[in-house]
Amino acid sequence: MTNFSRLEEAPVLIDMKDVDKQFGNGTVAVKDMSLTIRDGEFVSFLGPSGCGKSTALKMISGLLSVSRGAITVNGHMAGQSPDGNDIGFVFQEATLMPWATVFENVFLPLKLHGLTRRDARERVEEALAMVGLSNFAKSYPRELSGGMKMRVSIARAMVTKPKMLLMDEPFAALDEMTRANLNDQVLSLWERHGLTVIFVTHSVFESVYLSSRVVVMAARPGRVVHDIPQVTGYPRTSDYRLTPEYVESCRRVSAALEGTMDHVDINH
Amino acid sequence: MSISITETTETGPKALAAQDMVDPRILAERRDRRLRIVLPITALVAALLLWEFLVWYNEVPHYLIPAPSLIAKTLVTDWSTLMQSAAFTVKLTLLSLALAIVGGVLLGMVFALSRPVEMSLFPFAVILQVTPVVAIAPLILIYVSNTFYALLICAWIVAFFPILSNTVIGLRSADHNLRDLFTLYQATPMQRLRYLLVPSALPYFMAALKIAGGLALIGAVVAEFVAGTAGQNTGLASRILESSFRNEIPRMFAALFLVSLLGILIFLITSWLSRAVLGHWHESEIRREH
Repeated sequence: MTNFSRLEEAPVLIDMKDVDKQFGNGTVAVKDMSLTIRDGEFVSFLGPSGCGKSTALKMISGLLSVSRGAITVNGHMAGQSPDGNDIGFVFQEATLMPWATVFENVFLPLKLHGLTRRDARERVEEALAMVGLSNFAKSYPRELSGGMKMRVSIARAMVTKPKMLLMDEPFAALDEMTRANLNDQVLSLWERHGLTVIFVTHSVFESVYLSSRVVVMAARPGRVVHDIPQVTGYPRTSDYRLTPEYVESCRRVSAALEGTMDHVDINH
Repeated sequence: MSISITETTETGPKALAAQDMVDPRILAERRDRRLRIVLPITALVAALLLWEFLVWYNEVPHYLIPAPSLIAKTLVTDWSTLMQSAAFTVKLTLLSLALAIVGGVLLGMVFALSRPVEMSLFPFAVILQVTPVVAIAPLILIYVSNTFYALLICAWIVAFFPILSNTVIGLRSADHNLRDLFTLYQATPMQRLRYLLVPSALPYFMAALKIAGGLALIGAVVAEFVAGTAGQNTGLASRILESSFRNEIPRMFAALFLVSLLGILIFLITSWLSRAVLGHWHESEIRREH
């Protein structure tokens, strides 16, 4: 637990209070969600599809509005940050502009904030170096592998030096090896840059390996059912996957997740 | 004897293949590229020769089917009138295409920005599109006293629609996650248009341009057919009609040949333009690196 004392005292960065999200067609995507995320946490939203984990992430980023309740992010209402710089968002697909080079893609957030290419060059190159793609600045997305595209996407999210990194099932479409590799890269970015990460996933192993806290969600209606702190400290390496603590954590989180599935089945 | 056979069948070809791995492929590619030019030309020349031969052998009168040599001769003798007509048709086609691009893109942008405007005006665009231009042309010729403007309107109607509909689809085709990204970074509407919507729409626009280029020519020719041969300043369609009235079949073929040639030229130019604009996103930069 010693590792987390700093987190328990850290200021609250994201505060969700009694949040509902109902879509126009009547679907209740999120119901009564209250959650506090402190500066520097690595939180996973884990759950079956339809549990509202992506919806919750989009509401925190301000891309979706809330139907009821309130979300405060870094002291502002969600989506009303004075500069759009404190959140980096990574989508499930790399979501790169196919007509632009890797450099142009990473430059985009700074360009939208009015920086010239010359002023931004150093920061773009720094972001590319973070993900090990310095040599690919002139390449086009179609020339890169799936994992490399995802790294460009992470570099683009990091280029504004955000406080928070919101990741929406970012590695779901990648192979196991690439995924493990990128997990380690995200962890090291988180540790080096003092980020707060919210990581949406449907993989128990990924959530346990990465997070300081796993938020388990259930579907119909989407809601939080468990909030499981992960006691193992950092840095974590692939050796962690072989330890009894890891196995025990996976077992606990799996049991919590299975509980949500049973609940859904009974309701039907 | 047996040893030499095993050598040639097993080690020989393999060693050869390994040594010349690169060369045969490049050669094959080059041969393929040459064939792609040589074969169609050979086939065309062969067809022309066959045509010439059949006309000569069967003694087909030139007022039914003229031989290619006679058509070529007509092209030379009637060069100045035919060129004047071709220039007229080119002017009509290019002008209507340019107006279709301006109108289609501008209206497409308005449609893409506002659903209500699209819903109210789209039926008009569809009506213009589905009504055959041959059927509207006589009316336009009545209402618009200047024949050139009347023809221009007819050709424009035909070329306009693909540009409009593809521009609308293209502007709407931007990836929804990229749209979210632009929202997240608080992009202004102008930035969104310039950096996201226009590049996303460009492939659709280039496809429309290829279609509209051909259609503008068809519109120009068809409209002129409806307008008839009136006036001294007329295009290739008028030459075809005129020749038909006078039974000058070789001239008819010569004018027809020029119309096809124009169509092919427009196709080649728009295809090249499309490759130049879209290929740049993917290929041109890579070549510089090597």
